[in-house]
Amino acid sequence: MHVIVNGERTEIAATDLNGLLGELDYENTHVVIAVNYHVVPRARWGETELSSGDEIEIVTPRQGG
Amino acid sequence: MRSRSSRRDREAELVAFYGKEFASRLLIGTAGYPSPAIMQDAVRASGAEIVTVSLRRESAGGRMGNAFWSLIWELGVTVLPNTAGCRSVREAVTTAQLARELFDTPWIKLEVIGDEETLQPEVVGLVEAAAILVKDGFEVFAYCTEDLTVALRLRDAGCRVIMPWAAPIGSARGVLNRDALKLLRARMPDATLVVDAGLGAPSHAADALELGYDAVLLNTAIAKASDPVGMARAFRLAVEAGRLAYESGLMGPRDFASPSTPVVGTPFWHAVS
Repeated sequence: MHVIVNGERTEIAATDLNGLLGELDYENTHVVIAVNYHVVPRARWGETELSSGDEIEIVTPRQGG
Repeated sequence: MRSRSSRRDREAELVAFYGKEFASRLLIGTAGYPSPAIMQDAVRASGAEIVTVSLRRESAGGRMGNAFWSLIWELGVTVLPNTAGCRSVREAVTTAQLARELFDTPWIKLEVIGDEETLQPEVVGLVEAAAILVKDGFEVFAYCTEDLTVALRLRDAGCRVIMPWAAPIGSARGVLNRDALKLLRARMPDATLVVDAGLGAPSHAADALELGYDAVLLNTAIAKASDPVGMARAFRLAVEAGRLAYESGLMGPRDFASPSTPVVGTPFWHAVS
């Protein structure tokens, strides 16, 4: 199915967030995720099923003012 | 007017943000430095105990976030995440919630930007987002304009830290609307007021502290200086000077001269009969 990851349409085989992170080679331990503007706590990544068209934001700390 | 007791008799007053006390009244950003090492040195030289950070998208396989996390961790400072770049209530609220998840803090510097040219806060959305976040348990540092009624609405929404701009972000112009900032201070004696954005020189920071503002927040003026570490120290001294001046009671301006040297006993002086 296709989902939107950080604004880009992405074709994935994974069906949950943990699967998505593995498939897209995310190793970063300091990331947090929102799906369709709802924050998904790390403990629930494995049980969070994805649906076609979901908007997923994967973000990390960065410089800011 | 605050206490007039002599500075020699007491320690400098601490500043409190949502009940947490700090000695430094300078908050600084972490963006735009020539290198990560210079950023760390500048933060240390500034004496700042609170630094601002942002959240940005992490690319697949990327490890930027881990590296930056380590840099901040090494500094041992308190982190104030921002919602910089957010242009809607929904974006700002979700970004704040992501920041809380990532940094494990209820603090958020709330920015909702309404105009690309000026990066002016979108104050209607700001008040709305602030109310949502306060209800959700956040401790909001609201970046706003100098408008009194907006600041009052933010206070009513539960914001105890209000951060009006001095001038547009990155403009280095210093306090543009002195009367409005003085009015905010006078009308909101119990709020923690921070001048955020638009400060270009240490004298601008001293200016804000002399007006009775509790602290200043800046980034570019230090990060983009030829020597950010030197400039960080200059801002530290200016903030201390401005605060000490405020606590010591500044004289008021007057329209005409008033001789500082005593007139009585002036040689060759003759009373007019």
